Amino acid sequence: MAAQETKQRKLPAPTVSAEAQAYWDAANQGKLLVKKCLACGEFHHYPRPLCPFCFSDKTEWIEASGKGTIYAFSVMRRAPVPYAMAYVTLAEGPRMVTNIVDCDFDKLKCEQPVKVVFKPTEGGPLLPMFTPA
Amino acid sequence: MSIKGTAYIAGIYEHPTRLAKDLSLAQIHAEVAKGALEDAGLTKDDVDGYFCAGDAPGLGPMSMVEYMGLRPRHVDATDTGGSSYVLHVGHAAQAIAAGKCKVALITLAGRPRAEGMATGTVPRSRGGTPTPDEPFEFPYGPTVVNMYAMCATRHMYEFGTTSEQLAWIKVAASHHAQHNPHALLRDVVTVEDVVKSPMIADPLHRLDCCVITDGGGAIVVVAPEIAKSLKRPKVKLLGAAEFVKTQMGGKVDLTYSGARVTGTATFEEAGVKPSDIKYVSIYDSFTITVLMQLEDLGFAEKGKGGKLVADGNLIAGVGKLPFNTDGGGLCSNHPGNRGGLTKVLEAVRQLRGEAHPAVQVKNCDLALAHGTGGSLGLRHGSATVILERE
Ligand SMILES: [Zn+2]
Repeated sequence: MAAQETKQRKLPAPTVSAEAQAYWDAANQGKLLVKKCLACGEFHHYPRPLCPFCFSDKTEWIEASGKGTIYAFSVMRRAPVPYAMAYVTLAEGPRMVTNIVDCDFDKLKCEQPVKVVFKPTEGGPLLPMFTPA
Repeated sequence: MSIKGTAYIAGIYEHPTRLAKDLSLAQIHAEVAKGALEDAGLTKDDVDGYFCAGDAPGLGPMSMVEYMGLRPRHVDATDTGGSSYVLHVGHAAQAIAAGKCKVALITLAGRPRAEGMATGTVPRSRGGTPTPDEPFEFPYGPTVVNMYAMCATRHMYEFGTTSEQLAWIKVAASHHAQHNPHALLRDVVTVEDVVKSPMIADPLHRLDCCVITDGGGAIVVVAPEIAKSLKRPKVKLLGAAEFVKTQMGGKVDLTYSGARVTGTATFEEAGVKPSDIKYVSIYDSFTITVLMQLEDLGFAEKGKGGKLVADGNLIAGVGKLPFNTDGGGLCSNHPGNRGGLTKVLEAVRQLRGEAHPAVQVKNCDLALAHGTGGSLGLRHGSATVILERE
């Protein structure tokens, strides 16, 4: 593991709203959920009760495979503990804001395969992040 | 209904300060309003429309209307971040065309330096009720700079854009800023200076970033009959458009900005094409912002922006597409972290022939100003105007 990951970075807790309670409960059990629309079949992220594509209120939670690829990333050098900001394209389709962790930041590449891991936040639920697969 | 030709920009003013320790926020709004009205040859009692955004103190337009002693019959406090004031020019024209006002005042002010505000490298929570997106973003540490940086990463991956090409954008801005006595950074920099400056968030270096300044500016938009009665050169609005680009439910595409939509719409309304434009004011929070917007506005094919901006092509008197001849947000001024208003100001100076002689574009009769507000990599507001010297 790279030296830059040895210093502990503190992660603020997400504010958990009622509409996303299931998402954070699942994250706490090491599961990544995505929303799927029963009307149009599209997956979306971040999760909403109303589908942002067709506005149907018939949406359901699906457990994601946890596999994806890096769409874009940027290593934040100007921070107390450098970290890798990223968009990951989930195997299910949606791209999500996340971090790439537990790796050598200098070797990151777009389209690199990654898998989900969960990291503790300060007093909140576990937070889904990704690491090279 | 088209707004083509229904409104003119009659007055502009940019506050000379870049550090406003001894000025209140409201005072800066009022000073720039006074400056722009005097530039136009109007008084505050002529103002019947007032436009401001989230930088104004208080709820919407109310506190500033009271502070300045205005009596507007039309107000608009639409906030799309730094692009707001470009959007306001279009909204002012709509209001004038609809008979809702004749003299519209737009003001911007900010004092992030005096207030010691968190910079672009610190994640910022808005506080209060979180936005629906915040729980899914804020814990990961998005900052102003790393979210723009991701657009650069993807652009480089898909199109082979280089750090040196991005650096040329800063180089061009610095060439212009040397002639602006009010610019925060007046030293001419080289491509090497930019790519060797400290990395902030890959692949953006310190010199790929804009300045942080206090200050502000104002614009007075008037009806045609008012413009005719004034002594200033006539700058006519030919077209305007606005758009909000988002993550689209997870169908995120960082390779383009909302300028793709606003550019197409504005050129169509104005009835002109990119090759007709003599001068461009392009939002320049970061070098990548400029490159993407120039592509999206149609000045280069998607992916070819790197070639367009390289080798001094954006430098007035040197290249084919002079941009941000005041030094822009990259070198001169980015008041309140909202750079859209100053984009309109320099476009008006160019059209009036009042830019610094060293950077004045010859026969500048057609100019475009474009703003991007919010975060290019998360969600942003875009606004474009095309202006003509009559
Ligand atoms: Zn749907």
